[in-house]
Amino acid sequence: MTDQEHFEPVIIGFTCNWCSYRAADLAGTARMKYPPNVRLIRLMCSGRLDPTFVLKALSSGADAVLITGCHPGECHYLEQNYKALRRYLLLRRTLAQMGIEPQRVKLVWASAAEGARLAQELTSLVEEIRALGPLNWPARVSGNGHLPQPEIQPELEEVAA
Amino acid sequence: MQRITIDPITRLEGHGKIEIFLDAEGNVANTYFQIPELRGFERFCVGRPVEEMPLLTNRICGVCPEAHHMAAAKAADAVYHVDPPPTAKKLRELLYSAFYVTDHTTHFYALAGPDFVMGPDAPVAERNILGVIHKVGLEIGGKVIQCRKYGHTVVEMIGGRKVHPCTSIPGGLTKGITEEQRVEIEKMGRWAIEFAQFSLKLFNDIVLGNKAYVDLILGDIYYHRTHYIGMVDENNKVNFYDGKVSVVDPDGNRLGKYAPPEYRDWIAERVEPWTYLKFPYLKKVGWKGFVDGKDSGVYCATPLSRLNAADGMAMPLAQAEYEKFYSTLGGKPVHHRLATHWARLIELLYAAERWVELATDPEITSPNFHKVPTEKPTEGVGIVEAPRGTLTHHYWTDERGVLTKVNLIVGTTNNYAPISMSIKKAAEGFIKKGVVVNEGILNRVEMAFRAYDPCFGCATHSLPGQMPLQITIHDAKGEVVEVLQQNC
Amino acid sequence: MSTNGTKPKFAMYWAAACGGCEIAVLNIHEKILDVDANFEVVFWPVAMDAKYKDVEAMPDESITLTLFNGGIRNSENEEMAHLMRRKSKILVAFGSCACEGCIPGLANLSTVQEIFDTVYATVSTDNPQGLRPQFHFAAPEGELRIPAFYPVLKTLDQVVKVDYYMPGCPPESHQIAAVVDLVIKALHGEAQLPPPGAVIGVGNSTVCDECPRKRNEKTIKQFVRIQDLQAPDPALCLLEQGIPCNGPATRSGCGALCPQAGAQCIGCYGPAEGVLDFGARLMTAFASVIDSQDPDEIERILDGLVDPAGQFYRFSLPGSLLRAAKPAWKGNGTRGNGGTEGTRVPSAPAVPVKGR
Repeated sequence: MTDQEHFEPVIIGFTCNWCSYRAADLAGTARMKYPPNVRLIRLMCSGRLDPTFVLKALSSGADAVLITGCHPGECHYLEQNYKALRRYLLLRRTLAQMGIEPQRVKLVWASAAEGARLAQELTSLVEEIRALGPLNWPARVSGNGHLPQPEIQPELEEVAA
Repeated sequence: MQRITIDPITRLEGHGKIEIFLDAEGNVANTYFQIPELRGFERFCVGRPVEEMPLLTNRICGVCPEAHHMAAAKAADAVYHVDPPPTAKKLRELLYSAFYVTDHTTHFYALAGPDFVMGPDAPVAERNILGVIHKVGLEIGGKVIQCRKYGHTVVEMIGGRKVHPCTSIPGGLTKGITEEQRVEIEKMGRWAIEFAQFSLKLFNDIVLGNKAYVDLILGDIYYHRTHYIGMVDENNKVNFYDGKVSVVDPDGNRLGKYAPPEYRDWIAERVEPWTYLKFPYLKKVGWKGFVDGKDSGVYCATPLSRLNAADGMAMPLAQAEYEKFYSTLGGKPVHHRLATHWARLIELLYAAERWVELATDPEITSPNFHKVPTEKPTEGVGIVEAPRGTLTHHYWTDERGVLTKVNLIVGTTNNYAPISMSIKKAAEGFIKKGVVVNEGILNRVEMAFRAYDPCFGCATHSLPGQMPLQITIHDAKGEVVEVLQQNC
Repeated sequence: MSTNGTKPKFAMYWAAACGGCEIAVLNIHEKILDVDANFEVVFWPVAMDAKYKDVEAMPDESITLTLFNGGIRNSENEEMAHLMRRKSKILVAFGSCACEGCIPGLANLSTVQEIFDTVYATVSTDNPQGLRPQFHFAAPEGELRIPAFYPVLKTLDQVVKVDYYMPGCPPESHQIAAVVDLVIKALHGEAQLPPPGAVIGVGNSTVCDECPRKRNEKTIKQFVRIQDLQAPDPALCLLEQGIPCNGPATRSGCGALCPQAGAQCIGCYGPAEGVLDFGARLMTAFASVIDSQDPDEIERILDGLVDPAGQFYRFSLPGSLLRAAKPAWKGNGTRGNGGTEGTRVPSAPAVPVKGR
C-alpha cells in the first residue's frame, strides 16, 4: 500500500466537449494551476457517460471519478445532461451499498467560461480523495479470492497449552 | 486409529462425506457425517425487499424450489399481516400438491425403488432404475417421465416457470388460471391418482410380498426410537401446505402442536466445528447427544414422521393406505426407517387426491387471486412441509419491508442428527471385527442414508441409482490393507 | 469427435449450486434418451456412481463435453473446476452460477465474518461457545477437514478457461434440448459448433423483445412494489406500471415467462450481448425511464428502489466489474501458482488387494 503521505490520487475525469472541456482548456491557457492527478477523458456530451465507464475506472485502479457537464438547461444537445444526472444519482446509491464512499464519484456542472471554478473543483477534489485514502481496487482483487480466511473465530482468549 | 473415508456421498443436496474410525479390534469407534457446503442465505438476504424472498429462496434448492417459494410466500404474507384470498391459497396448494407427486415419484423410482425391486444384494450393475425397468417393464420408465412432465406442467401453469416459480407475492399471486387450464390440470391429476395407486401396488407386490425385504424393514439396524414432527390441519390430518406442527415422542404421545410464530419455543440448532450444517433438536427435551429415546431431543421430519405425528390422512384412498400401513407394521408410531419409503408412497397418493380435489374446487378459477397489503410490514414466520422435512422461514423487516434479519430451518437439516445416527448404526452393525466388508455391506450403509431422501431425487431412466463408494482400509501402520470400490 | 466408434464421454458437475440446472436437464424429458444414445455419461455425482478418483484417472481431455454448474465458493469447488477443465475437451459454464455468479453471489456484499456470525448465531441457534466451522478440526479420533470458504465467490471463468457459456437460472429446458440437438449433429459432422467463447442457448436480443406486453414511452414518476399494485394491467409493460423489471437489459432466450405470469423479470438470463457490466446497463435503463429533471424529485423517485445493488446485481455481482463490495475483499490473499489448499484426504494409491 502507498504511504499515505506520498499518496497521489489517480482521478479520471469524464468531461463534456462543449462546456467543461473548454473550461479546462481555459484554465490551462490562463495558466491557472490545478493538480495533474486528474486525467481528463473527453466525451462529446455528459449524456454519453455510461455507468460502465465509472465502474471500469474504479475497478482498474482509479481512486475517484469526476464527471463534468454543462449546467442544466445549457446542454449543447438540449437535455442529455439530465440523463447524466439521473444515472449519476442511481450509480451513487448503488456504490454506497458496495462500500464505496460517495465522495469518490462526483458530478460537477461547469460552463465554458468557468475555468477558474473548474480548477478550484479539481484541486479540492484531489485533496478530498487524498484524505480519504487510496481505493486501489486491483490490489484487493489480485488475491483473486483464493486464499481462505484463517479460521473464522469470534474473539476468544488465547489459553496457554 | 484406522480411518475409512467415503467421499463424496452423491445424491444429496450439495456434497457430503463420511469418516468412519475403527478401533484396534476393527470395530467402529465413531463416525462423522460432514456437510462441506455453505452459501449464506441467512446473511445475504438481509437488505433485500421481502417480496423477493419467494424468488431468492427458490435458489436454496432447485429440486424443491416450490417448497421454499411457498414458505417464503407465507412468511411474506405474515410480515405484511395480510391474509390472501382463498383462491390464492388454493392455487398455491394445488401447485404444491402437483410438485409433491413429481418429487416423491422421482425419489422412489430412481433412488429407493431399486433396493427393493432388485434387492439389496442384487448385482451392482442392475441395482438402478434400468434394472427396475427390465424387471417390471419398460412402461415404468415412461410413466415416471410422464409423471414428472405432468407435475411440472402444473407448476408452470400456476407458478410461471417449471423450475423456480415466480408468481407468489405478499397477499397472493400475480395470476390465476383459466377454465381451460383447470380442465387440463384435473385430467393430469386423475392420471396421477392412478399412478400413485400403481406405485403402491408395486411396493405391495414386490416388497411386502417378499419375506427377506420385510425382515430388512423390520430389522434392528435401521431402527431408531426418536421424536417425530409434521404439519397437520385442524383435524390433525397430514397437510403439506398449512396448519400447525405436531410433535410426538417415541411412544407416540403428542407433546404439542405449534403455530409458525411459536417454532422457537420448540426447535433449537447446535453447531459442531467439523461441519458447516447445524443440528436442530427439540428444546423442551434438550440435547443429549446423538442418541435415541424419549429423553433425547433428536427428532425426525420425514414422510414417516409426518404419518407418525398425525392422526390420519385427509383424503379417503390415502387414509385406507395409512390404516393398512400401521396395522401391518404393528401400530403407531413406526420407528423402522426403511418404512419411510412406504410412507412416501402414501403421501404420493394423498398429494394426487388433493391435486384433484383442489382442481375441482369452485373457487379455483376465480380472478380474485390477490389482496393488496394495507398494514405496515414487521415480522413473520412461514412453515410448510417440504418433501424432506418441515421447512421454516422467519423474516424481520424495516418499515419499508426491507429485510433486516432472516432465520431459516431447512427440510433436510431437521434430519441431520438422525441421519448421522443411522449411518453410525449401520456402520457399526455391518463393519465389525472379522467381517469382510463387501458390496452388499456398503449398500446397506447407503440404505440407512437413502431412506431420508436427502433433498435430491433425480434421474428418470438410464442413470444407475448407486452411490459411488470407496472404502480404503488401513492397518495400524497406515498401510493399505484393502481397497473396496463400488461403481467406481 | 468420437474415436474408435465408442461414444463420446459426457459429464455434469455441480459446484456451489442448487440443483436446478440438473432438474432443467431432466426436464428435457424423452430427449434425455438422445443424450444416452449419443454419449457415455461418465461422471454426474448427483445421479450416478463415478467418483473424483475415477475422473482423476481419466486421460486429459477424454471427456468430450462437460456441463459445469454452480459457482466457486470454496476450495473443493475450485479443485473440481481445475480437474474438469483438464479432463474435458469442451467445458461449458452451465447456468447463471457458473456464468456470472447468480444468487449466491449476493454474499459478495458481505464479509465472511458477517456470514459466519449470522449463520452460526441465529435466533434459533444454541451456540454459547461461539463455535465456528474449522477447515481443520482435531477430533479425538483423527483430523477432520472441510473445504475452505473463500472470501469472495467467483465465476467459473475466473478460475479456468471456459469454452461456452449457457446462462439462465436455470437454462430453460427447450434451450437445453436445442443445444443437445446441435451438439449431437456436430458430433455427426452435420453442423458446426459456434466459435469458442460464445454464449449458447440464448436469443440475440433482450427479454423485452420476447415479452408480449404492450410497450409505450416509459415515463416513471414512481416505482411501485409489486404487491402494492392496485389494479395490475396484464397487457401493459410492467416497467411502465412502475414495477422494477429487468427486461430491458436481460438476455432473451427464456421466452419472457415471468412477465407473462405477471411477475417482473429479475434478470436470471444474464446480460444482453456485448455488455461488460450487467448492473451498469440496468442502471442506464432505469435512469432513462425516470420522468424528471429536478434532482430532488429524482432522488424522491429513486427512494422507491429500496435495494439498487440487489436490483441491478442480483445475478451478476461476481461477474461484474467490481465483483464484490469493498469490505468483502478483506482476508483476500495473493498466491502465485493457482494451486489450492487441499481439503480432501488424499486418495490411497492403487495397490493390489491383499488377502485378509
